[in-house]
Amino acid sequence: MAQNVHDNHLGIKGWAFGGSWSFERYLYTLHRLTGLGILAYFLMHIFVTTARVFGPDSWNTLLGEHGFLKMTVFKIGELMVFAAFGFHAFNGIRLALVELGFLVGKPIEPVYPYKTCLNTSRAATAVLMLLAAVVIVMGGWDFFMD
Amino acid sequence: MRHSRLWTWHIIAGIIILTLLGLHMLIMHLEALTPKALNPAGGEAVDWANVVARGKMVFFMITYILLLGAALYHGLYGLNTIVGELNIRPGLKRCCAAVLTLMGVGLFILGSWAAVAARTAAMKM
Repeated sequence: MAQNVHDNHLGIKGWAFGGSWSFERYLYTLHRLTGLGILAYFLMHIFVTTARVFGPDSWNTLLGEHGFLKMTVFKIGELMVFAAFGFHAFNGIRLALVELGFLVGKPIEPVYPYKTCLNTSRAATAVLMLLAAVVIVMGGWDFFMD
Repeated sequence: MRHSRLWTWHIIAGIIILTLLGLHMLIMHLEALTPKALNPAGGEAVDWANVVARGKMVFFMITYILLLGAALYHGLYGLNTIVGELNIRPGLKRCCAAVLTLMGVGLFILGSWAAVAARTAAMKM
């Protein structure tokens, strides 16, 4: 029974409500969702790009001017993957920096009103999310200009 | 200890992906910013002539394989972490980890073969 104390009793529901409603909670959830989306795309991408081994006909059937994957639905999907990549990459930089001890500040006494390391890193978080937005907009621009 | 080592590799793989996938996205989706040498035929990055031109460069063959390995490890380890947090039996978690590992190795072999075979075919053109 003691083991149950440490169980993740919320399971996947904890992604939406894990006791914290801060900005970083939403980034955490979005990081996982975008990660799963990118992984699903990537696994299919391995098979699609293998088509180049079988010559131009095989490639153009999928990715040529009138190829199967040039349908609007796939273009929109590709744009969503690009946006997911933009977010996942910049949020990943934030996570790696925090993991390595940057952006968390020095340890302080727990004096009321309590401060968390999230207060220290929030400015950097905002900058990184802004950069992610810029990259996503640039990629989106490229999609719509094609 | 084993998990912290695997987690460290997860972060290292993330840094490799950030660099190589950043370059990949630049070439594929930000064509206006891409050096002409990487899309010599002009037009879209996925046009066959551009695919062949990049396929001839040994740099792309090596980086594709490196990116493939890093992305498969990063993605499947991330998925395994999510599975590990679900409330399912430990035996099922181990089974999922084994399936994901086999899947990763299989896809790495397929993708690496494609990168090498595509270069071999491109060099004959």
